[in-house]
Amino acid sequence: MTTTAPIISVTGGDDPGPTSLAGSRRPGEMVVMLLLRVAAFVSVAVTVGIVIALVGPALNFFQQVPVSDFLFGTTWRPNFAPTEYGALPLVAGTLMTTLVGMIVAIPFGLGAAMYLSEYASPRVRRVLKPVLELLAGIPSVVYGFFALQFITPTLLRAWLGVEVGFTNALAAGIVLGVMIIPTIASLSEDAMSAVPDALRQGSLAMGANRMQTTLRVVFPAAISGIAAAIVLGISRGVGETMIVALAAGSQPNLSPDVREGMQTMTGYIANTAGGENIVGSVSYNTLFAVGLLLFMITLVINMISIVLVRRIREVY
Amino acid sequence: MGPNTATTAKPGSVDDQSVDAPLLEPQVDNQRDLPPEPSGVMECEDLNVYYGDFHAVHDVNLIFGRHEITALIGPSGCGKTTVLRCLNRMNDLVAGARVAGRVAYHGADIYDSKVDAIEVRRRIGMVFQKPNPFPKSIYDNVAYGPRVIGMEVDDLDSHVEGALRDAALWDEVKDKLKQSAFGLSGGQQQRLCIARTIATKPDVILMDEPCSSLDPIATSHIEDLMVDLREQYTIIIVTHNMQQAARVSDRTAFFTARPDETTGNRTGLLVEFDQTKTIFSNPSDRRTEAYISGRFG
Repeated sequence: MTTTAPIISVTGGDDPGPTSLAGSRRPGEMVVMLLLRVAAFVSVAVTVGIVIALVGPALNFFQQVPVSDFLFGTTWRPNFAPTEYGALPLVAGTLMTTLVGMIVAIPFGLGAAMYLSEYASPRVRRVLKPVLELLAGIPSVVYGFFALQFITPTLLRAWLGVEVGFTNALAAGIVLGVMIIPTIASLSEDAMSAVPDALRQGSLAMGANRMQTTLRVVFPAAISGIAAAIVLGISRGVGETMIVALAAGSQPNLSPDVREGMQTMTGYIANTAGGENIVGSVSYNTLFAVGLLLFMITLVINMISIVLVRRIREVY
Repeated sequence: MGPNTATTAKPGSVDDQSVDAPLLEPQVDNQRDLPPEPSGVMECEDLNVYYGDFHAVHDVNLIFGRHEITALIGPSGCGKTTVLRCLNRMNDLVAGARVAGRVAYHGADIYDSKVDAIEVRRRIGMVFQKPNPFPKSIYDNVAYGPRVIGMEVDDLDSHVEGALRDAALWDEVKDKLKQSAFGLSGGQQQRLCIARTIATKPDVILMDEPCSSLDPIATSHIEDLMVDLREQYTIIIVTHNMQQAARVSDRTAFFTARPDETTGNRTGLLVEFDQTKTIFSNPSDRRTEAYISGRFG
């Protein structure tokens, strides 16, 4: 024992030991950090780039059409004389399809989340959650086709006897809702699973049953996360394009009747962007104006969701 | 078995006088004359608990006396918390848990197939190791139980006040009933959890190391409270703290763990059950004496 020399001398004496604590440069780490930083900033740069690209032509548009006409006008007729550029019908189309979608997605999404988080055995959850999330991976064009070919003719007309147009906001909204279910279910399930088990046990130990525990303890404790999930679902509904372009129709229609066809903001962009527009023309610029409006709406919705998510950390 | 001298005092002992005593004297000012046999509110007969293949508790026989505090003590892994959680069927919530034998509440087996675990828990409440108030206001925490079990309460406000008074918390919270329970200190939160439990007027209160996350002052508050609550409730407490068992309990059950010869899994078993003063001054089993005197566990 006494003859064993210390591997590293930390004291003075004969062996001075390491004289400096200064670190050596690690070039590999610098490169990695640089690459990661680039990756982080690319997304920011792309967002800024999109905003700049949108704003330029949109400003040109607003020099020709007053902002108030655009925001509050009730007729959208950009391609035929007399042209009118009131975006309300498009905004209404977006809101109606999203509303129908949320009416479908919120009950099913939250129901699925409650089942997965509070009732399902671990084995069932292990199978069911990935399957549910698979729904989110189906291309939206498939959903749109499904709405056009099954929901409208079979479900709505044949089975339920609802008089609907060939394209209609109802079918588009229902399928939109189905597409959003996994988003709401998965995020709400995460929020509910994150509620500490001690709270459930405290409730059950007082003689509450499982449903009371779920609704009165777990659900309120997870409410910020659940609200964030719903807001994210709304923003997906607002931004969804293929389903509404296919199934909701291409006729701007300011109407509360979801059985009629409606055009949404995204639907208009998808239809018009594919056509031949002379760069700099008013109809070309409408794309950017509508795009900017859509961007603003989803931005506001996403900001609401960020605030809600931030609040979740303060709850328990 | 040598004489128990100063070395036997547990580290962290708050009891300086016990240093020269042959064993830790029960520092109990609440000792009272007890019937030799507890008049059973609850009873375990040949209780065995399994988690899957793991045999957690072996053949426990215990009687819990009415308006008494019974302490379950023993080293880690001796199954005392498992036994406690069997008493109001909280072990039902653990996947793979299985109970054999009989747990009787006023003579009725609570594991009978006709018995509803929810009804059991309405009569046998539980306070947990870590304070677990709900993310609600102080008032709503206490009102939760009466609300969910549909208790017929004349005036919920005065019911909540009564529970908070019984838990010795009223004076500290009466001006902030609508504030979040999370603003309270750990000791206050634990007393809130006790208030929450007694608001449902249970018959028996189970406490699973209720002071283990609290400082000594908060601990002494809870201990005083337990002694007060004994007048109205039957209390069963699991504790790691032998001084606490000695201070508050009327009877003490000492558990230990026996390793399986082949698997090495440790199965908990009851070693000795007697009046607390007997357990702490004149234990009949050497394992109890060794544990009490701090030479093991």
